[in-house]
Amino acid sequence: MSRQPSAFHKSAVVVSNLRRAYGDRIVIDRLNLRIGEGEFVALLGESGCGKTTLLRALAGLDPIQGGSVEVPGRPAVVFQEHRLLPWDTLWRNVTLGLRAADARERAAAALGEVGLGDRLDDWPRNLSGGQAQRVALARALVQEPKLLLLDEPFAALDALTRIRMHGLVKDLVARHHPGALLVTHDVDEAIRLADRILVMRKGVIADEHRPSAEKDASVLRADLLRALGVGSEREAA
Amino acid sequence: MSSTLQIVAEGTSYAPVPSARIRLGKNALLLISWLVPAALLVLWEVLARFGSIEPHVMPAPSKVLATAYNLTVSGTLLHDLSVSLLRAAIGFAIGGGIGFALGILVGLSRLAEAVVDRTVQMVRAIPFLALLPLVIVWFGVGEAQKIFLVALGVAFPIYINTTLGIRQVDPKLIELGRVQGLGTWELIRRIILPGAMPSILTGVRFSLATAWLALVVAETIGAQAGLGFLAMDAREFLRTDIIVLAIVIYALIGVGADSLARLLERRLLKWHPNYGARP
Ligand SMILES: Nc1ncnc2c1ncn2[C@@H]1O[C@H](COP(=O)(O)OP(=O)(O)OP(=O)(O)O)[C@@H](O)[C@H]1O
Ligand SMILES: [Mg+2]
Repeated sequence: MSRQPSAFHKSAVVVSNLRRAYGDRIVIDRLNLRIGEGEFVALLGESGCGKTTLLRALAGLDPIQGGSVEVPGRPAVVFQEHRLLPWDTLWRNVTLGLRAADARERAAAALGEVGLGDRLDDWPRNLSGGQAQRVALARALVQEPKLLLLDEPFAALDALTRIRMHGLVKDLVARHHPGALLVTHDVDEAIRLADRILVMRKGVIADEHRPSAEKDASVLRADLLRALGVGSEREAA
Repeated sequence: MSSTLQIVAEGTSYAPVPSARIRLGKNALLLISWLVPAALLVLWEVLARFGSIEPHVMPAPSKVLATAYNLTVSGTLLHDLSVSLLRAAIGFAIGGGIGFALGILVGLSRLAEAVVDRTVQMVRAIPFLALLPLVIVWFGVGEAQKIFLVALGVAFPIYINTTLGIRQVDPKLIELGRVQGLGTWELIRRIILPGAMPSILTGVRFSLATAWLALVVAETIGAQAGLGFLAMDAREFLRTDIIVLAIVIYALIGVGADSLARLLERRLLKWHPNYGARP
């Protein structure tokens, strides 16, 4: 039942025998998970299977009931909603919690990276959904986290914006190189972004897939859909 | 193009509204709304001048203006006004400070809520002006009585709206604060206070109104200076012009206080679509 920053290791995140329960209802039981340094992991699983619960445990937002969670430093989180403070300008939002003398410059750089470098003093209410989520990304990355947790950050965006966001996230992760856990319902999103794709079921990691050059994306896609219980069984048989 | 139009025509059609007519109507209405009080004022002036209203019942507006000028020149008016304003300010600072501090405490801590809230709510059930006789027994009719009454009237609205505002802060934003590693003080300063600010300022607005009411009542009873004293002193000599002047000044200060609160809202809530000046 411990949670401590891991020492410098090959694995940035080590979760062993994690147990999470809401009252009597056990949601996660004896879950094991490792995420390497700079590794991008996507987490799929049907609604209500406990993905958010796992992510919140990694973020240290909820107490755990058993096992251990090791994460590097303080993870950054991007939620499904942007959660921008409406009373602060964009650069103030981005630097929330950042202790640095050159906060504004860093905000400028981070906002520049997400294509909003000219909106430092603008208000969140003047942003579109996609822009707001980009600011949330900047806010997470400006902290230079070793672990980035993303809980369906693009679910509320339209398909076109989502594709643009995929490109942006790929770029940002390549540049800053944090370990990342992306919770998503979008199988294609997982394939496009992740080094490794996990499928959660009944409170544990039930399946693991690796997108690779050799494996055809459509085959992987079918595999994943089947693992999620929505693939055609006849086709598989 | 024509086919699209036809589809629309089958359903609801949106004909352009003749906007010129609307603008004219608006202006006319505005004019009427100002004409009515102006006409009443003129009527009052005329009736007072030609003796239909006895001057000691209701002085002419021009007489009130003249009195205002005379009292200003002699310095009496400014003196009494500043005495009243000082009382209001001190009472507001004390009552507002206590209400705000308690409100923050109760808003943030369940324990503080258990200790404080029920008692405060019970005391609040008393119309605070009903306490006046008791307050006079405690403090006499000096400054303390007046300041106490104002502070009492101010404390409750500020307290209630502060606790309410803090409760209404989006828990998701507080969680975000934790994720971003904010300390307790930073969390309060960056998230809880700004989130509660619309409600707090509503409290300030309410409390300005109560402060003023409390002051009028307190000053009417045994004051040696202040607007209320000015009016009560004038009563002895049937100087209704001075009384009416005092009433008008009370009204003006009430309006001033309200604009002050609005100004505060515009400054502090400029991020808020309902308050701030829209770009
Ligand atoms: N605060 C809570 N109190 C009680 N039960 C909860 C709470 N939060 C989640 N649960 C339950 O825990 C289970 C897992 O929820 P969780 O939010 O982790 O699912 P999820 O996999 O993220 O689902 P989705 O894909 O729909 O977001 C669900 O059965 C849910 O009802
Ligand atoms: Mg979820």
